[in-house]
Parts: sequence; structure tokens; C-alpha cells
Amino acid sequence: MTRVALRGLWGRKLRTVLTAVAIVLGVALVAGTLVLTDSIQKAFDNIFTDSRQGSSVVISGKSAFDLADDSGATAPPMNESLLQTVKSQPDVAEAEGSVSGDAQIIGDNGKAIVYGGAPNLGFSIANGESRFNPLSLVEGSWPSGNEVVIDGSTADKEGFKVGDTVGVQGRGPVEDLKISGIVKFGSVSTIGGATLAGFDLPTAQRIFAMDGKLDEIAVAAKSGVSDTQLATELRTVLPENTQVRTSAEQAKNDAKDTNQFITFLRTFLLSFGGIALFVGAFVIANSLSITIAQRTRELATLRTVGASRRQVLRSILIESLVVGVFASVVGLFLGLGLAKGLFWLFDLIGFTLPNSGLIFETRTIIVALVVGIIVTVGASLRPAIRATRVPPIAAVREGATLPESRFARFRTPAALVLTAIGFALVIYGLFGSGLGTAAILISMGVGALLVFIGVALFASKLVPGLATVLGWPTARAGGVAGRLARGNAKRNPQRTASTAAALMIGLALVTLVAVLGQGIRSSFTGAVDKIFISDYAITAQNNFSPIPTDAADAAAEAPGAEAVASVRAGEALVFGNVEGVTAVTPNSGEAIALNWVDGSEAVFSQLGEDGAFIDNDFAKKHDLTIGSSVNMTVPSGTVVPLKIKGIFDPPPGGSPFGILTFSAATFDKNYDQPENLFSFVKMKGGVTDANTQALDTALKDFPNAKAQTRDQFKDNQVSFLNNILNVLYVLLALSVIVSLFGIINTLVLTVFERTREIGTLRAVGMTRSQVRRMIRYESVITALIGAALGIILGIVLAALLTIRIDFIKFDVPVGQIVLFAVAAIIVGIFAAILPARRAARLNVLNALQYE
Amino acid sequence: MTSAITEESTAAEGTTAAVVQASEITRVYGEGDTAVHALNGCSLAVSRGELTAIMGPSGSGKSTMMHILAGLDKPTSGSVTIEGADITKLNDNELTKIRRQHIGFIFQFFNLLPMLTAEENIRLPLELAGGKLDTKWMDEVIKRTGLDDRRAHRPSELSGGQQQRVAIARALATRPTVIFADEPTGNLDSTTSGEILDLLHEMVADFGQTIVMVTHDARAAAIADRILFLADGCIVKELKGANQGEIVAAMDEVARQ
Repeated sequence: MTRVALRGLWGRKLRTVLTAVAIVLGVALVAGTLVLTDSIQKAFDNIFTDSRQGSSVVISGKSAFDLADDSGATAPPMNESLLQTVKSQPDVAEAEGSVSGDAQIIGDNGKAIVYGGAPNLGFSIANGESRFNPLSLVEGSWPSGNEVVIDGSTADKEGFKVGDTVGVQGRGPVEDLKISGIVKFGSVSTIGGATLAGFDLPTAQRIFAMDGKLDEIAVAAKSGVSDTQLATELRTVLPENTQVRTSAEQAKNDAKDTNQFITFLRTFLLSFGGIALFVGAFVIANSLSITIAQRTRELATLRTVGASRRQVLRSILIESLVVGVFASVVGLFLGLGLAKGLFWLFDLIGFTLPNSGLIFETRTIIVALVVGIIVTVGASLRPAIRATRVPPIAAVREGATLPESRFARFRTPAALVLTAIGFALVIYGLFGSGLGTAAILISMGVGALLVFIGVALFASKLVPGLATVLGWPTARAGGVAGRLARGNAKRNPQRTASTAAALMIGLALVTLVAVLGQGIRSSFTGAVDKIFISDYAITAQNNFSPIPTDAADAAAEAPGAEAVASVRAGEALVFGNVEGVTAVTPNSGEAIALNWVDGSEAVFSQLGEDGAFIDNDFAKKHDLTIGSSVNMTVPSGTVVPLKIKGIFDPPPGGSPFGILTFSAATFDKNYDQPENLFSFVKMKGGVTDANTQALDTALKDFPNAKAQTRDQFKDNQVSFLNNILNVLYVLLALSVIVSLFGIINTLVLTVFERTREIGTLRAVGMTRSQVRRMIRYESVITALIGAALGIILGIVLAALLTIRIDFIKFDVPVGQIVLFAVAAIIVGIFAAILPARRAARLNVLNALQYE
Repeated sequence: MTSAITEESTAAEGTTAAVVQASEITRVYGEGDTAVHALNGCSLAVSRGELTAIMGPSGSGKSTMMHILAGLDKPTSGSVTIEGADITKLNDNELTKIRRQHIGFIFQFFNLLPMLTAEENIRLPLELAGGKLDTKWMDEVIKRTGLDDRRAHRPSELSGGQQQRVAIARALATRPTVIFADEPTGNLDSTTSGEILDLLHEMVADFGQTIVMVTHDARAAAIADRILFLADGCIVKELKGANQGEIVAAMDEVARQ
């Protein structure tokens, strides 16, 4: 029987390969994801261990609570005098202090150089030759005085050479420094898209406005003293507000946030691999069902010569096992290529990932093979069981067809029940109370899968109607070929439905993403329109990094500037949680409008030392009213008592404000080196070329700041969202490609099955091009059925989500949806190329005699 | 050479001379007004070592009769025994065992597996049954069916007559109690038909193989030891050792009734 199975597969090479492709892509995405995330992990690990390589112990300032890495908040610095204390300890061999911060390298255009959202790292190099320095010189010498070293990648991209003078900005004004050398970081070829700028310690302290301060002290132990031992000793002599960690602990702490990010990225990408595999399972189940239907007589013959049901089942499963192994191995290697593609894709949207070579773990091989094989064999279970139901008598019956399964009559009710359970799960996930994030996602994910399966099963009932409607244009304009195509699409509704269902899944998800994206965009821009009542906004070049407050002060000096309202952002411990908090300048009422539930615009100017305003959700949650007291702990550990002076209702798109918003003065007193997230500027005469010019001139000394009109600000803020949407589309496109192969496969099988019929059509006068057109139209109709079902499902799912999530408006991007339908037509046309050619090439005489 | 068969036959002789026995079988397709009565209570017995032909005009029920005798279809009522076992009461697995041990098939359209060579097709039933391969018997069968130089050919590389020879060899491979042949010459030209009929005749004569053959070809029926004529679901006539002319006459008579 094994031989029958293997030889059978070999005899159906094209079909086998087309079927396997359905799984190959899913496995490739799974393998690619693992390779990608392992590689990033490795690169980050290298970065973190390399950067702590020479140290035994690392001392830093200690904040009152753990700060999130991306908040822009940093631990309070230490006094330089501590370095002497550390050096004087008996077990310390060597110690070195350092400062670090954002350092913008200024390009030829006078603007800060930014690569996407990657950081611009600046740091001190006290001694280039010291054991603590993770950098190595590629060219030139270590910096001293007014000199800087930069990384090779930035130098290459911007055309900087050793000896050139380059502008660098930290906290203060731009400084012109000479490039003394080009450096590279440890063993990593790129640190994402980060730019590096290294200075000697005094220069760094000046640039980062940290005179007499240190961010970190790296300590090396004398030989024979363990890291832990040294850390313990140092803890006893250093003040409370310092953090002493062994280098291993420090590296682990450094990696905490990136590890979280990598885990997220892995789960995120794997879920798309899962979707592609799910679609692949549909394609496999459908292809196998058709092949088995066509092999009815062969299977019946096997039964008559003594094959048991079990043997038939085994032979079909062996076939799918072989396909699964083959597809998984191919997918595994394709995954390596895909990992490279993903690096490139993220680079393209300005999200360069660090890379120190692809990492191919044994785990990747095992997971890819196991997943590919299980999905393939699992998907073939149902058709395989149906194959065992082929009765031996089918061997002697002309044109015997596969008997309907015993459960056929339950198909429609089962489909409806599945769909209903699916929707119930989605709704439970969305509206169920007290669910964790994982429970919500699982409930919604499983729900969506059930909905897809249910609709796919039920779709056969919808196919005749849909084919009639969607096939109307081809039937009208396509002549006989068009009418036959429409008829053919309706002929085996179940087959058409299953084929279309694969495409439906991809399109449903694409539509869901498009509708949600549009919803987020429109509620965000709606919120900006409501809140942002001034003319210009000032942000960092990358649209989200905080910028020094001097920039806003400079803007206020611009001729025509009437008011500059700035929003600062930081973190604080409020009601036991680390929360984002914001602060505003007193004149903000002139540039920012809020819908006050309690209080008025005057609140902005009346915040004073201890005033704060909050949104009504937070007020409700903690039962706060005007006059309530809230204590906030800032990173330095100081407890700041605040009184509620206003409560506002944020627009659906959210507000730029954190949990608590207080006065900028209070912020500046409690946070080191305050920075603005945005500044809003009201100009006399509104947006004019002259005003834009005036602001640009005023910001000349702040290369990392840019002034934008309200419309530009909106576009810039959503550009990140657009990038994310584009990544989602690319990932979902894989599922659509899988379903494309599903359509090809079905058509190839259909052409094979209708050989005699096509021969007859040719014999009675159908031309080759008419045959091709007939196949192509059938393909397009099938694709459109999938598109119609998918788009409707996607919109329904999106509607459910938007009902639950207040800050996303339900807004259908009609233009984009039309584009998706057009894409489906193109998929249909592409899918038909090969099958149509095969059909047109049939030899009429042979086809007629075909049995 | 025929020792295996003869031994088996002698062993079975003690119980009954009839290897296949049908009693009072009816077969109704459909229900109510649209019900079709394909068989109306037929009884027959097939004796060991005989070639029995079943004839009759289209719609007489001859195919249904063979399907039921071979366990491919179940009668609405009545029973069929093969070597004393009532096959109408068996489940699928038990029927599979009966097929492996007792039944061989020869089809009108050969029904060979296209991906297997001639020899692999012939061996298939043995491999499915998982028994030990009797190489001597295999060689004997392949030689007698004239396929010695065609062993490694695929069905698509064989003529219709050769394909049917492979099918006959496959049916013989397990030395079944009875071979059912469904219009074995229906898809062949007259010269090839003659060769195939000769081969079937030899199987009966030399190996004592029991064969039940459904045909509407008088020439094919002429090699039979016994010919049963069916009309409207009943056996209406029986001939023994008749020649072609007698058979044609009998057919006419049956058709006129």
C-alpha cells in the first residue's frame, strides 16, 4: 500500500507540488520568524554582553521604581565624587565613570540624522584603550577635547570622513566637533539603525549638560574577587540612591525591554505563520478531497482486491505525510530566505533590526517540521476518512461518485452552529469582563477561526447565488465562454466554496486590518482636530522623541508667535502603578482645547505647584472629584502631592495626556533634564509661508526639532501607523498567495476531470482562446466569491471590534476595499494561467477518447 | 501443479458441492411508487470447478445478481453463502477478509492501478492480505497468462488484451474460491476476446478454478459449463454446455417472453 501511495504521488507530480506549496509558505513564515527573532536575540545579547564585557560591577543612579525603556525617562545621575569613593575600595582594580544620552549628528542639510525610529546614541569614552570600552577603532584615533568618533555605517551613509567637522547636539546648542575616528561596536555589524557618537568625558558631560555628574561607573574587580563579592562590598559604602549590579545582572537588566520586544515580535509574526498554515490546511483538504473524488474507481478497485478500510486510510495518510515532510523541508529553507526578507522589510519601514548573522537553531528545524507535518496530515484526515467510505462496488459502476458522508445532512446546521459559536467567542473575548490579554486574544482568535470554518462549510449554499451575481458581467460580456464559466462555477458548489474559502480568510483579515486602520486614523485625526486648535506643532525629526525645552523657548521668540504650549512627558508611580504622566505650560489653553466635564480652559493656567487634571475614566476608576488629593512618586523618589483641579472627556481618538497632567514648573522641579513631547504654536495670521519661515529660522539651532502645520503633524503622526499597516498587508499577502495556489490546484484538477467535456467543446467548435477564457472566467468568479465573503466577514469583525474599542471609529475605507476586490480579480487571472494553458493544449481526439 | 487447489477442493467437498449459494434473494432499489425490483427472489448454486455464465438482456438484473453474489451489494432479502459463510450478514472488515480469501474479480475496464507495473498489480492482493508470497505460484500464473516479458510494464504500456491478462493473473494470485468476471470481453476486439476466453477456459480446466461470469456475448457464454438466463429479476432458463447457436436462440426466447 505504501508503494501504491508513493507511486500515486509520483504520478501526480504537478498536483502534489501545488498542494505542497500551500504548506510551504506557512512553514517558511514560521521558520523565518524563528530564524529572525533568534538572530535579533543573538545580536542584542552580543550588544549587551559586549558593552559590559570589561566590567565586574556596574553602578548607576537608582530610580524609585522601574522605568520603561521607551519612556525617555532616565534614572537620576550620580555625583562624580562617587568615582573616587569607588576607586579607593581595596578590591577595586579599576573604575571608570561615563555619561550617555541622545546625541544628534547633524547632516549636510542642517537637520538631525535619523534612521526611522532608531536611537541616536551618545556616550563618553573616558579612555579608548580601557577594558571597559566595548568599541574598537576602525580608523583614526580616540576623541579628546572637541572631537567625536562616529560609527562606520553613519559615516558611510552621510559621507563623513576622519578629519571632517560635524555638528553634534545633545542637551545644549549644536557644537561643531572634529571627527577623530570611525568606530565599530563589538561583533555586531549594525546596531539597528542607531547612530553612535562618542566623546571624551568632559566633552560628553558638557554636551549632555551633566557637569560633575555620572550616569554609570564601571568597575573591574581585582583578581580573585568575584563579581558578587565586589557588588556586596560596594553596596555597603555607596549611598542609598545608587544601584549596584554585577555585569551579568546589568546585561540582563539592559536586555529586559528588548527581550519583551523580541517575544512580542515572535508571537506577532508566528500568528501570521499560523494564519498562512490555516489557509494552507483549507487548500490541502480541498485538493485532497477533489483528488480522492477523482480516484473513486481506483480506491474501489483496491477494496475489491482485498484492501481494508484501514489500509486505504493508511495509504492516503502516507501520501499526506510525504507531502508534509517535503513541504516542511522546502519551507524550512525558504524560511531562511524569508528571515532575510523580513530584515529588509523592517528596514524599509525605518525599523532596522540589529543583525550579526542568521541563527539557525535545531529548535527551528524541529518546530518547522512538526508544524508542517501535523497541519498537512491533520488537514487530510477528513478526506482520508471519506476515502475509506468508497464502496467496493464503485469499481464496477460507470462514473461512480464519492458517496456523501453520513454526516452530510448535518453540514448546514453544523456550519451555522460553528459560525454562531465562533461569533460568540469573538464577542465574549471583546465584551467579557475581567479577562486577561491572553484570554481575550485566544478567545477572539479561536472564535475567528471557527467563524471562518463555519462560513466555509456554509458557503456551498451561497455559491450558486453569488456565482450568478458575480458572474453576471462575464456571462453578459464573455459570450459562450462566460456563460459556461458561470455554469461551471456553480456545478460543484462545495468545491467552489472550499476553494473560495481559502481566499476568503486572507481577504477577511486584510479587510479587517484596513477598516481598523482607517478607524484609528480617522479617530486620531479627529482627536487632533478637536484638541489641537493652534497653527503649528513642533516635534522631533522622528515625530516621537522628546526634544529639549529650549526649542520651544526659541519658537516663542519667533516673530508672530502668540503662544507656545508645550507638553512634557514622564513616568511616575500613581496608585501603585507606573504610569505615564504629562505636564503643560500655563498658556496651553490658547493652543489646546479640551472638553471639560469639570473645570474650564482656565485650569491650564491655574495648575500652580500642586494642581493636576485628569480624564473622566481615571476619575471614575479612582473615585476622584475636583479637590481630591493624589500622591505621585517621581523617579527620584520624591512624593509629590497633587490636587485635582479639572476633569476632561477625551475625544474618541484619545488625548496626548497621561494619567495625570500637572504644571510644567512642577515637572521641571522633579524631573532631570525635562523635555517636550510636542509643542503647539499659535501664530499671528495662522499658517502662512512667512510664519513657517519664521519658525524654521527660530528653530535653526535645534536640528532635531521641526515645525509642522496641523495637517503635516497629522500625516507625520499616522505615518508610523501606515508603516505598521503595510507590514500587516505584506504578511497577510502570504496567506492570499497560499489561496492563489489553492485556486490553481482546483482548476488543474477540474480541467483534468473535464478532459472529455473540453474535448467535446473543442470538437463542436470552441477555439483555444475560448477555452482559456472559460477557465479564466471561472477562476475570477471563484476568486470574487472568496473576496465577497471575505470582505463582508472582515467588515463584520471590524464592526464588532470598533463597538468595543472606543478609540477606534468604524470607518470603511471604500477605495481600499474596491482595490482588494480588484486584487482578487488579479489573483483569479493569475491562478488561471497554468490550468487554462493545459486545457487549451488538450488534443481534441485524445480528449474525446479519454476514459 | 494443481495440487494446492485440489487439496483445498477435497477438503471443502465434504461440506457442500456448491461454493456459492444464493437463496431467495430480492433487491429493491428506491422506495414506494418509484421502487425498482431488480431481483425477485432468485436462488442459485455455483458448483466448484465450474464456469457459470449469467446472461440476460439489459435490465434483467444480471449485474445486480453478480454484485450481490460477490458481496459488493447487499440483497434486500435472502442470503448468499460462500464456502458456507453467509456474506450478507458480515460487516466491512469481515467482508474484506472474505474477499482476500475467497473472491477474485475481473472487470470490463480491467481496473488496474496505473502507477504499478504488471507484476506489482498481480501481487497486490497478496500484499494487501499480508500473506507469504508463493513465488512458484506467481511465476506459474504469470507464465500461463503470457505476461512473462511484460512484468515491468505499466498498464498504459500494455494493450487491452494484455491488461485483461494482468487482471486475470491478479484474480488468480490468491487462488480464490471463486472469481467473478464482469463482462470480461466487453471492452475488447473479437480476436483478443477469443484469447481471453481461451485463457478463462484453461483456468477452469487446468486449475479447477470456479468462475462466475456475467456477459451478454453469446461467444463468451459458450465456454461456460452452465448458463443461467435472467429476465425481469428471475432466472428463467438454464443451459448446460451449450454452443453459440443454442445460446443465441435461448437469448431470443428469453427476450421475447
